[in-house]
Amino acid sequence: MRRIISLVLLTIVLIGVAFCLDAIPFGISQSQVRQYYLDNGVKETGATNIVTSVVVNYRGFDTLGEVTVLFLAAIGLSAVLHRAEKRQRKEGRRSSLILYTGCRFLFPLILLFGTYIFIHGHLTPGGGFQGGAIIASGFLLTILGCWKWGGINKNAFKITESISGLVFVVVGLLGLLYSGYFLANYLPKGLPNNLFSAGIIPIIYVAIGFKVGTELTGVLDDLTKEP
Amino acid sequence: MIYYIGAIGLIIIGLYIVLTKRNLIKIIIGLDLFETGIFILLICAGYVRGGTAPIFSEAGIDASLMVDPVPQALVLTAIVIGVATLALALSLAIRLYRHYGTLDMQKIRELKW
Repeated sequence: MRRIISLVLLTIVLIGVAFCLDAIPFGISQSQVRQYYLDNGVKETGATNIVTSVVVNYRGFDTLGEVTVLFLAAIGLSAVLHRAEKRQRKEGRRSSLILYTGCRFLFPLILLFGTYIFIHGHLTPGGGFQGGAIIASGFLLTILGCWKWGGINKNAFKITESISGLVFVVVGLLGLLYSGYFLANYLPKGLPNNLFSAGIIPIIYVAIGFKVGTELTGVLDDLTKEP
Repeated sequence: MIYYIGAIGLIIIGLYIVLTKRNLIKIIIGLDLFETGIFILLICAGYVRGGTAPIFSEAGIDASLMVDPVPQALVLTAIVIGVATLALALSLAIRLYRHYGTLDMQKIRELKW
């Protein structure tokens, strides 16, 4: 019975979506917003990566909201999994020498790559969110591969996360002070395609990178501890 | 066109899993499939045939061949948010398992359907 009802419902959804998509021709983008961003993005924000200028500059307030959602999810996860007694990661079997050495060799390289991704967010594909996810994957490698590593220093991660969130808000508020609206790009824009260009965009993206990296690492740490 | 079909296929499969399965982990997997389908659909809506990434990395790149940056900006944040909400859903499943000793939605009280 349940299957039949859900199949009927799915058919209705399928027909509805198909009619909607029929009006959007594939492969031709007629959006005027796209045209505006592509024509004026580099001139107005100084960032050559238009996706970054949309995420951090044109829709920076929206990104602040997204970062808040991420923060709330991480906080909610540690609140749901919280136990009064101290939880320990179970002492597992020692990983083999090859795995242990390879993991220790790769970990700093992964951190370096993640940092590169979020520092160059305004020039190349990538940015704070992607770089943060790469950094968290590096910590996941140590959680899975090096059993000696006893867990992250929770307090240092909390402080880093709070400071980077604060940097985002303070940079935005300074924009309110200097130019009259939140997250205004008040720093000099510099020459496009240089590392030091695009005003506040690199600063905010580095803050987002630290925030996402520490938050996702905290999530992984909470999920892998023994209950 | 094939991209649209693939994206809608993922959405339909995810929705079907959410509606019919009883195991909580399977429902969460269905939600994730649903989400992935929506990401692909959004990216496809901004695609330009033969287009490139919207990055002016060198002079003289034709702006008319660049894909729409707005859905890309949406999806890039949504993926990270999706990971975090997935982790939150998994932690709720862990908590339910601890409390009821089962992941079957029908055995967990007050959830009959």
